[in-house]
Amino acid sequence: MSATTTLPAEGHDGHQHHPGGLTRWLTTTNHKDIGTMYLTFSMIMFFIGGLMILAVRAELFQPGLQLMKPELFNQLIGVHALVMIFAALMPAATGFANWMIPLMIGAPDMALPRLNNWGFWLLPPAAFLLTLPFTLALFGVGDGALATGWTFYAPLSIQGGMGVDFAILAVHILGISSIMGSINIIVTIFNMRAPGMTMMKLPLFAWGWLITAFLLIATLPVLAGAVTMLLTDRHFGTHFFDAGGGGDPILFQHLFWFFGHPEVYILLLPVWGLIPHVLSTFSRKPTYGYKAQVYSFIAIGLLSVIVWAHHFFTAGLPVPALIYFMFSTMAISLPLAVLFFCWIATMWRGAMTFETPMLFAVGFIVLFGIAGLTGLILADVAADAQYHHSYFVVAHFHYALFAGGIMGVMTGVYYWLPKWTGHMYSEPLGKLHFWLTVISFNLTFIPQFFLGLAGMPRRIPDYALQFAEFNAISTVGAFILGISQLLFAWNVWMCVRGGHKATPRVWEGSEGLEWELPSPPPHHSWEVQPQIK
Amino acid sequence: MARRVFQVGTERTAKRSAGYRRPGFLLPAGLMPGLAGAAYNINFPDPVTPIARETLHIHNEFMLIITILFVVVFAIMIYSMIRHRKSVGHQPANFTGPNSKLQWLWALIPFAILLFIDFILMGIPAVNAIIEMEDTKTRADMVLKVTGMQWKWQYEYPEAGVKFISTLATPREQINNAEAKGEHYLLEVDKPVVLPVGKKVRILLTSTDVIHTWWVPQFGVKRDAIPGFLRETWVKIEKPGIYRGQCAELCGKDHGFMPVVVHAVPEPEYLAWLDERKAEAKAAAGGADRTWSSEELLAKGQEIYGKQCAACHQPNGQGLPPAFPGLAGSPVVNTPLLGKDGKIIKDSHVDRVLNGKAGTAMQAFRNTLSDVELAAVITYERNSFGNHRGDMIQPAQIKSLRQGESR
Repeated sequence: MSATTTLPAEGHDGHQHHPGGLTRWLTTTNHKDIGTMYLTFSMIMFFIGGLMILAVRAELFQPGLQLMKPELFNQLIGVHALVMIFAALMPAATGFANWMIPLMIGAPDMALPRLNNWGFWLLPPAAFLLTLPFTLALFGVGDGALATGWTFYAPLSIQGGMGVDFAILAVHILGISSIMGSINIIVTIFNMRAPGMTMMKLPLFAWGWLITAFLLIATLPVLAGAVTMLLTDRHFGTHFFDAGGGGDPILFQHLFWFFGHPEVYILLLPVWGLIPHVLSTFSRKPTYGYKAQVYSFIAIGLLSVIVWAHHFFTAGLPVPALIYFMFSTMAISLPLAVLFFCWIATMWRGAMTFETPMLFAVGFIVLFGIAGLTGLILADVAADAQYHHSYFVVAHFHYALFAGGIMGVMTGVYYWLPKWTGHMYSEPLGKLHFWLTVISFNLTFIPQFFLGLAGMPRRIPDYALQFAEFNAISTVGAFILGISQLLFAWNVWMCVRGGHKATPRVWEGSEGLEWELPSPPPHHSWEVQPQIK
Repeated sequence: MARRVFQVGTERTAKRSAGYRRPGFLLPAGLMPGLAGAAYNINFPDPVTPIARETLHIHNEFMLIITILFVVVFAIMIYSMIRHRKSVGHQPANFTGPNSKLQWLWALIPFAILLFIDFILMGIPAVNAIIEMEDTKTRADMVLKVTGMQWKWQYEYPEAGVKFISTLATPREQINNAEAKGEHYLLEVDKPVVLPVGKKVRILLTSTDVIHTWWVPQFGVKRDAIPGFLRETWVKIEKPGIYRGQCAELCGKDHGFMPVVVHAVPEPEYLAWLDERKAEAKAAAGGADRTWSSEELLAKGQEIYGKQCAACHQPNGQGLPPAFPGLAGSPVVNTPLLGKDGKIIKDSHVDRVLNGKAGTAMQAFRNTLSDVELAAVITYERNSFGNHRGDMIQPAQIKSLRQGESR
């Protein structure tokens, strides 16, 4: 490297170098700035995806079609899922990684800062592409967004309008962004740990993300390949998924879920990584079973790529395949049980206090427990014939992805917000937000379990009369849930604006390098790496 | 009429089973005006096949297991949350793992239990159920072929040579809230599929367009209908009655509007019904050989259009562009009927109705509608919605076109 491009090693005050205004955010290579952008983007998309599903729930409030045609209904459910998964949950986790991993492992920044910037700035155009067909349809161009559900199942997606093409393109861009983010995180964790921080001293949050990053790199290319095959089936005369040309529609399901199932763990592993930090902090007691948790992360990562076909047990798989996928799926319950055991053992005989992050962590454990247990019975092929494609499944995966994913992210936000902003958020507002969220979440989704058992299929815009009461309750719950999240946004916003000064440690029981730095940490932190003993 | 006979025959059983079990608890009637008396359920509906009974049994057993797991695990956690709080002055311990043989035992016992639950307690009944579920061929008494198509089901009795299409019978006015909703809102069809009780029915499934899923909750059967492939499952209905279900795989616009209704009747009634269908099919085939007047064709065509075409092209022929083009003034409808050589012109109206359009929701009707129905609906479309072609096509022409094409 030439001397002219090397930054001066000394005398780099490092705080005021960045340009101001919009240019700062467009050109930033600072992990904290990029983390903030990811989290802001995630919050905005969380509300957009939420509005979509509230429109859906409003339509489902009563039998009959009141607000929208089935075409629009189908678009809203699919785009809601893609927005929540790719544009709300994944960016939130990446935002956490950007902010916290360098602080936690004592690194001055992410290893590949420019890639980091690019990774973020791919997201807004992708989200724009995904939702643009809604707007275009308003002006009479095309017939709206992706109407196949987020799963793109062929041949419905081959038949669909240009919304499918927009979604394919958006998924490609989102995928590239995620792969770049993953490469960055892996390189950072492997190369930039503070001296003395061995892999077995790595904070669990970083471990969780490391497994997520490997899963993303392993599975996203498969999704990219599958949707590209779909694109060529749609426009270039191939027949990968068309039986008329020798293809097979079920091939698409195999490819999609080879990505789709690990995706669940991609969304959850960062949360599983962060929960032990929160539990340990508020129990004032070290994490129980660190090694067991690390090995469980690895085991879940490995198992997650060999269980995909449990997403289409009703497609008519051969008996040996059914049995294999059933037992491999059930096997995931073992490492997952290790995690639950360690979480509860971390709390056991601690000195607990219940600030908002701890409330969310406990709420996460209980509600995610329901997701795990219902997942265990969903793995059963025979019973799955009744649960599959029904509201039972809808309720199950919202326990996994809202209670597991979103509430996990909220745990992290409340836990680290004082570190990021240097201010304390409003504790009463945070607690109110927690209780409203937990109660309305259950009000929304418990009825859906019963709807599914009683035989209501998912993704229908209108339903038979015996499903009316539970749907009405679910809709009321969904609206309370949606509106309560405004409290969250308000609390975060007020905390960014000001509030009580946070100490460097923030919490009485917090342990780790990130708490050694002032709150908020300087723009450039750990320029001299700490020594870990 | 035999049709009335079986309706009488099932009416009394229908009262008994009524599709869904009456609720264990009911919200006060009148809380939801117009819905008073709507039955609902917090568990699987009453099983009426061996598979459904097995499934319900497994489900109940698993629910019990996971409820116990849930309660035990979180009771421990909640105990800890109450006792080990800072506010009650509890001093934190600092253990990070099991550090004695006894503690290791405590840590490992839950996993041994879980292993036992997963692979023995849940695993063995599950494997047995799968093997029973997938055994479609042993001692099957008859075959029913189910073909999913956007957005209706075709049922075929291959041994008897009978087939018909079953579509939603709920009027659009009810869906659009212009009329009060009936008792079986969205779960009623024009022609239910009729099956004999006590017989093992092997069900073959396929689809003509996208993936659909045939689901009747009381049968414990849910199987995808995949275009270009045959899938199979089986039912042996133990109790006469009317059983209702729905398509369970998102299949486009009217996914929510393609119900499954099965009438299970004693075998003699079933055979009588089948004979009547056979006679009907024969009469319909005979109808293809006579010359129809344009009034007859238009009247028949309007009926067929309402059932088969109006969901997409709309009752007024305006369609829902761009996905579902209008027929009013459509360039395709306004093509000449047939070529000078009497053959089908490519991409003409007749070609489109018979052969569909690849890559769109427009399906080929050549194998789903009869000669008379095809001739009638084509004639109707050419002379309605402001289209004034003034021509008509005879069932006999369709018949010879189909024979000529298939060679």
